[in-house]
Amino acid sequence: MNMPTIPSVTCPVCGSFCDDIELTIKDNVITDVKNACAVGAAKFLSYANPHHRHVKPLIRKNGELVEASLDEAIRKSAEILTDASYPILYGWSCTSCEATRLGLELAEEVGGVIDNTSTVCHGPSILSIQDVGISTCTLGQIRHRADLVVYWGSNPWSAHPRHVERYTTFSQGRFQTSAWRGYVSRVAATLTKKRLLRAANLILMRDVPAPPEIDRRLPPTLLQKKRKMIVVDVRRTRSAEAADYFLQVEPNKDYELLQALRLLIRDEEIDVDTVAGVPTEILEEVADVMINCEFGILFFGLGLTMSEGKLRNIDAALSLVRDLNYRTKFVIMPMRGHFNVTGANVVFTWTTGYPYAVDFSHGYPRYNPGETSVVDILCRGEADAGLIVASDPVAHFPREAVQNLVKKPLIAIDPQVTPTSLMADVVIPSAFVGIEAEGTAYRMDRVPLPLKKVVEPPETCLPDVEILQRILHEVRRLKREGKA
Amino acid sequence: MPKLNVSLLTGRTIDQGCGKEYGKLSQEYWRSVAICEMDPHDMKELGVKENENVKITTDYGSTVVRAVKSARAPHPNMVFIPYGPWASLIVNPRTHGTGMPSFKGVPAQIEPAPKEKVLGLRELLQEHYRKE
Repeated sequence: MNMPTIPSVTCPVCGSFCDDIELTIKDNVITDVKNACAVGAAKFLSYANPHHRHVKPLIRKNGELVEASLDEAIRKSAEILTDASYPILYGWSCTSCEATRLGLELAEEVGGVIDNTSTVCHGPSILSIQDVGISTCTLGQIRHRADLVVYWGSNPWSAHPRHVERYTTFSQGRFQTSAWRGYVSRVAATLTKKRLLRAANLILMRDVPAPPEIDRRLPPTLLQKKRKMIVVDVRRTRSAEAADYFLQVEPNKDYELLQALRLLIRDEEIDVDTVAGVPTEILEEVADVMINCEFGILFFGLGLTMSEGKLRNIDAALSLVRDLNYRTKFVIMPMRGHFNVTGANVVFTWTTGYPYAVDFSHGYPRYNPGETSVVDILCRGEADAGLIVASDPVAHFPREAVQNLVKKPLIAIDPQVTPTSLMADVVIPSAFVGIEAEGTAYRMDRVPLPLKKVVEPPETCLPDVEILQRILHEVRRLKREGKA
Repeated sequence: MPKLNVSLLTGRTIDQGCGKEYGKLSQEYWRSVAICEMDPHDMKELGVKENENVKITTDYGSTVVRAVKSARAPHPNMVFIPYGPWASLIVNPRTHGTGMPSFKGVPAQIEPAPKEKVLGLRELLQEHYRKE
């Protein structure tokens, strides 16, 4: 029997949005996945595991989560939100833009604070882009034209596994050829070195292997007129091993290194021997490589936004690229990680004027990250209820913030069993957007893509859009009755 | 017990990515997240072997995780824990007015913890965030 194959499915996992996924479906179950990375395949093949997803609404009674009807869960959620004076509505990165738009309407209706996951991701990048400005482009431009790709504080191999293959160094562009072959020969050389080192360790009976010698010199491939990749990070990652050159910076010293590179690119001199653990002469050579490329791209990740300096690190990175544009063509792009987090920013912005951390408590949108951002609100213990949609702050927020989040009534709208749903007072199971529900989502370069519905969700799991519509309807009804 | 001052990094790994898709209550998730990647020389200095438990303490709390040898040493005095509830117990919640806590480059102290247990996810939630 022929099983239907669905081509060109967009993967709902990371910001790369690989849209060449092929799914084989039998009896409403995904049985095979082609072209996806390990994480994408894990999602498509495991999402329906009954042990790890909610199919029935739950309400906490006497300390235990017990099954409830959907109407009951919706009513309870609406009551929690209308009773609260300063609720937070958080998440939105793993759902569609349509659901986010409804979330904003709900936030305005209940006078709460709405924030998305960029607050603990590329929030500082957004603040910095608002200050400095950004010269950027779409991923297609990079695929076809970029001959120098720099990943700074980012490990695409782990966080965006097909990014290098689809959009940058290993992609076959119209004007740039893939650097895949060079990588294969480098891997072969590295493996041989590792084998020799292992043999030496065995012969010398070392219980802890001697660390490999690090050659800081720039390889000749970096000076050639072809596609090349540099990784700057505090530790040697798998992405660093795939790069032509790895520049290791000391933790929390990215700002110094970026400013030093700016000096060199402006032909000024540096009076010290090393900056952030990197010898100045190496930096001079890296600056030369950057100036001499034809089209360079700097992708930066959370290594910059989460370390000391935060938005100031991004200021320096954006300014570095601005300086480079006096010498050559260079662009910069944040490595947006979480599925539709870019879409959440876009929808927040066109709806309220602000990309995240929007406070409706005064009746109009206010934006002041540090004050109206959700981690700060939680750490100050100000929120008196929470609605979490398609996100897991209990797993990923610092302990102090989580402790204050779970103290107050908490609603979770999520298809998966997560630490947040386990700690919630109301759990409303939803359909997986991009698998069981349609929608629109934005790729990391702000290109909107449609998401497909490829299988039917369980009957009790509605799409986020419908759940939010029903909560909004109920909130309005309660408010009307309250006034009457 | 010997102790070592280190810089704590947290971040994504491909195993963490797959683990969260298998389900956060799955063994795969626990195995990929309740760990600490260490430099082999640091492990030797502490007298810790692969898969033995270590306790990491910062100004904001402490967590017990399994030590694993880093595949990409050397990175002396630098430890890495994938994002997840175990790492969240010890990161710096202060945002310095930006909204963003410090998840990377947090000063920490690491020590062997042979008698302490790495909590399962439900146990961790119960111990640290119990609902009143």
